[in-house]
Amino acid sequence: MQQDRRFRIASREALWCILLTLANFVWWYGFAYGLGSGPAESFTFILGLPAWFFMSCVAGFPLFGILAWIMVRFAFTDMPLDPESSEDPRTHQ
Amino acid sequence: MTVNLEVLIPLGIYLIFVYLLAVYANRVLSRSGNFLQEYFIGSRSMNGIMLAMTLVATYISASSFVGGPGVAYKMGLGWVLLAMIQVPTAWLTLGVLGKKFAIVARRIDAVTINDFLWARYENRAVVILATLSLVIFFIAAMVAQFIGGARLFETATGLPYHVGLTIFAVTVILYTTLGGFRAVVLTDVVQGIVMLLGTAALFVGIVNVGGGMTAIVQKMQAIDPGLITPFGPKAFLAKPFILSFWVLVCFGVIGLPHTAVRCFSYRDSRSMHTAIVVSTFVLGFLVLGMHLCGALGRAIIPDLTVGDKIMPALSLAILPPVVAGIFLAGPLAAIMSTIDSQLILASATLIRDLAVKHIPMQQPADDSRLHKLSFYCTALLGIIVFMASLRPPDLIVWINLFAFGGMQATFLWPVVLGLYWKRANAQGALCSMMAGLATYFAMVIWVKRFMGMHVIVPTLAISLIAFVVVSMKTREPRKHITRIFFQKISQ
Repeated sequence: MQQDRRFRIASREALWCILLTLANFVWWYGFAYGLGSGPAESFTFILGLPAWFFMSCVAGFPLFGILAWIMVRFAFTDMPLDPESSEDPRTHQ
Repeated sequence: MTVNLEVLIPLGIYLIFVYLLAVYANRVLSRSGNFLQEYFIGSRSMNGIMLAMTLVATYISASSFVGGPGVAYKMGLGWVLLAMIQVPTAWLTLGVLGKKFAIVARRIDAVTINDFLWARYENRAVVILATLSLVIFFIAAMVAQFIGGARLFETATGLPYHVGLTIFAVTVILYTTLGGFRAVVLTDVVQGIVMLLGTAALFVGIVNVGGGMTAIVQKMQAIDPGLITPFGPKAFLAKPFILSFWVLVCFGVIGLPHTAVRCFSYRDSRSMHTAIVVSTFVLGFLVLGMHLCGALGRAIIPDLTVGDKIMPALSLAILPPVVAGIFLAGPLAAIMSTIDSQLILASATLIRDLAVKHIPMQQPADDSRLHKLSFYCTALLGIIVFMASLRPPDLIVWINLFAFGGMQATFLWPVVLGLYWKRANAQGALCSMMAGLATYFAMVIWVKRFMGMHVIVPTLAISLIAFVVVSMKTREPRKHITRIFFQKISQ
């Protein structure tokens, strides 16, 4: 018996998603505490919001939305999900 | 108390619209050949946009629409930061459970999480424990949502709490009972759109009324400089606490059963790809928008004592009454779409569990009996929740997060390890669930916070260790199980 090729692809895609999550965490954490750890008087502002907040939250989610798009566009594979054989009785309901 | 008609009328029209959707779904249901497949997972026909909207609408609930902005009002931008760690949830749940989950679910014809657990572990105790935990925590979560919805109704329309609760509960129970999963998904799509428009309108309104973003932020800083730092006033939001929320509201969400069923009910792999992108944008926008409104609201209405009232108070103060009515349909929508999916899943679990034990599933003749049983069960669960919400406790947000944690303690590892770890077996899963639940309850009651972190962190760590150790010490899972879950089934 051999491994289903689709499962190997699925596992690789799952790994991509975890990597993207870690990247998101680094971005989110890095900007929030990197720029926001000082006293409020020392903050710089972007569009009226504190820079740490703007970079970490406001800029973060569209950026990662685009990265998610790139991920599914280039790293994900289109594949059939149905049971393998067309003789399977469940497909004849 | 005066009744606010200008708000009530748009809300009423919206509720009627939701009823119509349920009637439509019910007609599809009565035409369908396979009742269970249609009622509980809509015959796996969701496309990408539907999948995205239903995921987001299910996930965004009373705590993110009422409670979350309420806390943001008190804690400022630091709480918005905390909320934004939810951004990866969409790609994380869809991607980690992934296509493998969808393929396996089709192989074993799974309708609920229990079908999945049964196929993977073939152990009655695992399924019974899962059912109990699911029903108990869902009831807790739904009570929180009902109370949130009714309070909002009360503040917005001026109707008494019990009237609001009744209108609200009857709507949700009726359309879920009648229409099943398809009705739930259809309303989720509409509700998602209402939430998007409402949040945008409120945000623009706040910035205008407050005299621009710079002025608002300066005012917040003048009230308390802590409001514009990541740490909140008096450094309340310590780093370990925020970081542990990453586990509770981001990583752990993979283990929420009502999100997980959506991860195997879509049509094809392309739907899933679209859903990952669309739901990331929609979720990010909603979470940021709503929490930011709450935080900025501090500069507009600085003297609220109950933070939970900030969203209705802001929308009534800023938007014209009719627009406010439509907008408040947003949070109501959020809450309804969370309850409906929990209701449908709790009912599915009970029915399937009964069905697996007592009714032979292969015979189509049983369909009409199942049909009736499912209706009664969904309605009955709804009524129990309604009764429990008649006398509301004070802290809605925490009830909801409590239920979140409990479900994660039960389901996260059995689902994820069941999918990806060949060696995972029934004994491991059972010990993991028991250890997780015991730790969780004990810690919630006696410890509260563990080294500054939310107790979900030690809970998941202990249940993971229990799973791995016990699985390694006991027998490998049987051949036919690993065949379904890890190999190619050649004909």
